[in-house]
Amino acid sequence: MREAWAPLAVLAAFAAAPLIGYSGAYETTLMARAMILGMAAVALAFLVGGAGLVSLGHAACLGVGAYAVAILDAHGVTEAAVVLPAAIGAAALFALATGAVAIRTSGVHFIMITLAFGQMAFFTASSLAAYGGDDGYTLYGRTEVAGTRLLEDRLAFHYLCLAALTLTWASCAMLLASRFGRVLRAARENAQRVEAVGLAPYPFRLIAYAIAGAVGGLAGFLLANATEFVSPATLSWQRSGELLFMVILGGAGRLWGGILGALVFVMLETWLAQQTPHWKLVFGPMLVLAVLFLRGGLAGLVARRG
Amino acid sequence: MTAQLLLVQALNGLQLGILLFLVAAGLTLVFGVMDFINLAHGVQYMLGAYLGAAFAAATGSFWWGLALALPAALAAGLVLEVLVFRHLYARDHLSQVLATFGVILFLNEGVKVVWGAAPLQVPIPPLLDGGIEISPGLQYPIYRVAVLGAGLATAALLWWLVERTRAGMLVRAGATNAPMVAALGVDITRLFTLVFAFGAMLAGFAGVLAGPIFSVEPGMGDHVLILAFVVIVIGGIGSIRGAFLAALLVGLIDTLGKSLMPNLMRLFLDPSSARQAGAALASMLVYVAMAAILAFRPAGLFPVRTG
Repeated sequence: MREAWAPLAVLAAFAAAPLIGYSGAYETTLMARAMILGMAAVALAFLVGGAGLVSLGHAACLGVGAYAVAILDAHGVTEAAVVLPAAIGAAALFALATGAVAIRTSGVHFIMITLAFGQMAFFTASSLAAYGGDDGYTLYGRTEVAGTRLLEDRLAFHYLCLAALTLTWASCAMLLASRFGRVLRAARENAQRVEAVGLAPYPFRLIAYAIAGAVGGLAGFLLANATEFVSPATLSWQRSGELLFMVILGGAGRLWGGILGALVFVMLETWLAQQTPHWKLVFGPMLVLAVLFLRGGLAGLVARRG
Repeated sequence: MTAQLLLVQALNGLQLGILLFLVAAGLTLVFGVMDFINLAHGVQYMLGAYLGAAFAAATGSFWWGLALALPAALAAGLVLEVLVFRHLYARDHLSQVLATFGVILFLNEGVKVVWGAAPLQVPIPPLLDGGIEISPGLQYPIYRVAVLGAGLATAALLWWLVERTRAGMLVRAGATNAPMVAALGVDITRLFTLVFAFGAMLAGFAGVLAGPIFSVEPGMGDHVLILAFVVIVIGGIGSIRGAFLAALLVGLIDTLGKSLMPNLMRLFLDPSSARQAGAALASMLVYVAMAAILAFRPAGLFPVRTG
């Protein structure tokens, strides 16, 4: 059971990083990005690996959460007690509404219909002229906690992201291990047999989809606060593809693979972008190679060594 | 909003639909026969447009550009199939989505390196320059009519290929039950490669045709790809007939929606918010239509596989 320590080690590394000197603006910004994307990736791994629902529109949930922050900000509402539930609720509702249609389909149709809903959200965001339209919207400031500017503090924000990430990972893991998760996993393997024992997979899948959407909303809330900027690019379909890549890179069968995948993705992207402006020229083939040869992902490698 | 404007927009919609059909035809065949989800199909359309633009600029003739771009697009499709896609047929859809996503990133950046990030302009060939009068006092560009004609001719050719030739019969059989076709002694790998390369060429052809109408720029394939996906999902995966009808439907909905919606909204809202809401609704219309159709017919309008 050495594998169980691996996710804790990654989380502990995030916790220790600011204490051992990585507390500058540059490092914490990078780590916040990795943790926030990691959160979304864990939720997606929950869907893909747990429920077998390959969504190519997960970035839309992130975007809905982020835009909730932006829209409330534009109307002068910056209190976390209002903004956070609004961001999470809006994303969960979005996932519930689109999931209700998407989950009726399966396989390739599901991939495409989630992609289509993601595009719908993207175009909606680009047409919101009052909130920046295509150019995006710069927040007046970060969300306030009980009237204080707590989130402006670099370390406080770092540990808030870490707490949210840990909470996300732990609750998704517990959900998957519960009776609810057992039905999801059984339906992934064979939906007909699940129906035969008297359970309809549809509501289970829909709830899982809405939960992943809510986590996406939380990640979107943090992302908007991290960059203090929201734009339609947050919910572009490329971002959904990147999130799926993080899940696969980390290892789709393991929830914490999402955390690892996001961390490696962010580091790789940053490092490559420093080497050449055309970093995608290297990144694209790396992605192809990772899919072809790295079955089980990085977490799989760790597990085999362990 | 006059009847004339409506006519022009309807023609534009049909022409977008025809281009979408050329892209979607390859996609739906590859998908139907090989059960392979190819996100990189959109960049093959982009590649076709760039190759057409580059060859046209080099030779000084649109026609030479077209003639050279088609085999080049075919070759590019073959290279991609052999290098990447062939190794993915046996993998799950998730792996296919991601690997072809990697190809998109590479090629979108690749054309930026070779041709620069700025959009390229492709001049309309002199033979097809100018307009024709489609109703008294209303000019419509000849080139767009030609695109419509070329697309319809290609659709007819494709119909003949798929419905009336031996290769087409194998393709249809493969779409229905690929293992059975292989068991009957057909070299399914070669069939896959052929279908793939042909699909790539059709997408490239659409790209060359689109060059003089839309700007040729990196990422131009992404939007088309997603619309083409909507088309094959609405039409029923693997069905050429479904793809044709759905492509025209999507082209019309998209184009007419974009011109009519803002005006329609003006009935309820003040002009500036009408423009905003109208634009938002118009971009969503295609996806709403898709969701509505899938809600009632989860396998699309013309499903090929039964059960």
